[in-house]
Amino acid sequence: MPEITGYAFPNDTYVHWSLMIVMYPYITGFVAGSFIVTSLYHLFGRAEFKPVARLSLAASFCFLLIAAMPLQLHLGHPERGIEVMITPHFTSAMAGFGILYSVYLVIVALEVWFVWRKEIIEMARASRGWRRAFYAVLALGTYDTSPEALEIDHRAITLLAGIGLPGACMLHGYVGFIFGAIKANPWWSTPLMPVIFLLSAAVSGIALLMVIYQAWSKFQRRPAEQRCVSAFARWLWFFLILTITLELLEIIVMAYENSEPWHIVSQLLTTRLEFSYLSMQMIVGGLIPLILLAVVVLLNRYLHERVRNTLSTVAALLCLVQVFSMRWNIVIGGQLLSKSLRGLRSPYSPDIFGREGVLVAIVLFLAPFALLWVFDRVLPIHPVEGGAEHEQHPPVGVEPGIPPA
Amino acid sequence: MDPRSEAPCSAGTAQDAHQAARPHAPSCTPPEVGRRAFLSNALRLSGGALVLLAGGTAFETAGATHPEEGYNWEEHRYAYLIDTSKCIGCGSCVRACRAENDVPDGFVRTWIERYVVGPEGSHVDSPKGGIDGFPPVQTSFTATKSFFVPKMCNHCKETPCIQVCPVGASYRTKDGLVLVDGERCIGCAYCVQACPYGSRFINPSTHTADKCTWCYHRITKGLKPACVEVCPTGTRQFGDMKREDDPVRKAIEGDRVAILQPHLLTEPQCYYLHLDKEVR
Repeated sequence: MPEITGYAFPNDTYVHWSLMIVMYPYITGFVAGSFIVTSLYHLFGRAEFKPVARLSLAASFCFLLIAAMPLQLHLGHPERGIEVMITPHFTSAMAGFGILYSVYLVIVALEVWFVWRKEIIEMARASRGWRRAFYAVLALGTYDTSPEALEIDHRAITLLAGIGLPGACMLHGYVGFIFGAIKANPWWSTPLMPVIFLLSAAVSGIALLMVIYQAWSKFQRRPAEQRCVSAFARWLWFFLILTITLELLEIIVMAYENSEPWHIVSQLLTTRLEFSYLSMQMIVGGLIPLILLAVVVLLNRYLHERVRNTLSTVAALLCLVQVFSMRWNIVIGGQLLSKSLRGLRSPYSPDIFGREGVLVAIVLFLAPFALLWVFDRVLPIHPVEGGAEHEQHPPVGVEPGIPPA
Repeated sequence: MDPRSEAPCSAGTAQDAHQAARPHAPSCTPPEVGRRAFLSNALRLSGGALVLLAGGTAFETAGATHPEEGYNWEEHRYAYLIDTSKCIGCGSCVRACRAENDVPDGFVRTWIERYVVGPEGSHVDSPKGGIDGFPPVQTSFTATKSFFVPKMCNHCKETPCIQVCPVGASYRTKDGLVLVDGERCIGCAYCVQACPYGSRFINPSTHTADKCTWCYHRITKGLKPACVEVCPTGTRQFGDMKREDDPVRKAIEGDRVAILQPHLLTEPQCYYLHLDKEVR
């Protein structure tokens, strides 16, 4: 039995939303954040993200395939989970999940198809036997790779990115809304919550891609493009500043108002969440990467390539810690606080084994990387030299051959 | 008409269904095979699978039994009245609830809070929900008043738990209760998070949301909830707002009553007499 400090309602001593509900927004955040990166190239013409445009789209797709798994694992009756899609009760924020998730999955899958369509056709033509059949199915019966058809692909990609970006924002803003709209829980109930979730999704997505890109470059034995690394650092810094500011504002407003919940929330932060909030979310995952990224961004031109790579990768890893801590502190922290506003339960430790345990969480985190590897085997993320569609079709606003400032 | 109106015996949680099958508990009468039942069964056989896929109602999926003979939920609107000045913290209500509803260990459908209050501080506790009464307590401040406050699900009219349920398993009956369809609940615990009163929990046996039902299996037979039945001091009273001569209705309409956490605008249907400001 958990220990209670103060008075908690008798049913408030259980953490019903476990580690899986921490993993759910964490993974969805990667989906949204990765899609933001790919959109920066495909939609906003940030050519410096060209080396990772396909990687980020593939990552977004792979994480999306796993995103619903933690929810399913968490349910008391997983076999009834499909009811959320079939018979949604529309006054529930959670009921929107099925629709948002499905629509977004279709958009991302379509965008993947259009981006890789030319290669799918080329591989269908170049291979034999079951491989040929497989790629023929993926080609969906169209083998047109004429410049006109590729131009249409390009327009479709831009359009899908245009729809997908608000879709990604909504998907993750909605995750924040699930918490932010619970008026029973003062630690969750703030209109800032969806915005904080969205911004931290951008942080986690950019940070993750930065780490994957560095690892990918090492794996492929190519140097990471420094223009891309600098851009990652700049955007990560920007989103981290916004995230930390809003996270602090949430607390500061509550403290300054000296509102009723502040008395218990302040105890929560300084006792139960002292390590995960103050140390990890704010200092190790917040302040330190802010400084590291500031160095990379402000002293960019003086930095050696290796220093830039190291500083930005360390900062990105710390940002991943920051976002995980933030998810943990919101989801778990909100349940350590009793709705009596008079008591706190002892810290929650997840099981190691079991359906909602640490091992499953690790598997869920690693599964998208395995999927990404499979993805790369099926649809090479790095195009064959001179063969990729986007080599021929620069994104909107980028003129071919002219590097943007 | 909502088919649930025909299934009051199955409208509580799975515990209620289980309870109804227990020999010492009041049980629903077995369905008579009349024309209506025959048609209903035939329809269920022919289109049951389709209805299930298309989101059949609780009635269809719960394998519901027929209503208590003569009970019409549109003729009632129940309310609960608690006079905190009368409660002695004996815990009879909590014990009765546990026995009647098979409440799992570690959780409560109803509980009693003890408040010991002074100018310099306050102390609140509820050891095991007050099921074994309350041991003496020492406070570091000088207490000037102390009292007990029974609590349970408030069966709110504008309840967040129904609002947030993603599959509509939590619902409101026409006679004024908030119930959970244990056959439909997916066990996501969103309602548990959304209830400001801490009334809900996830039952570790059924893995579905569980809460006070005001003993729906009893009140649809004209009985009182178990907690009201055993209360030795008349602290807990149960009434019908559609009956003009009902003493609970008269008290709610005529006396100065309070509700818990009124700022949340959930419109609780549990009313309190002599509620102190310390109580949330």
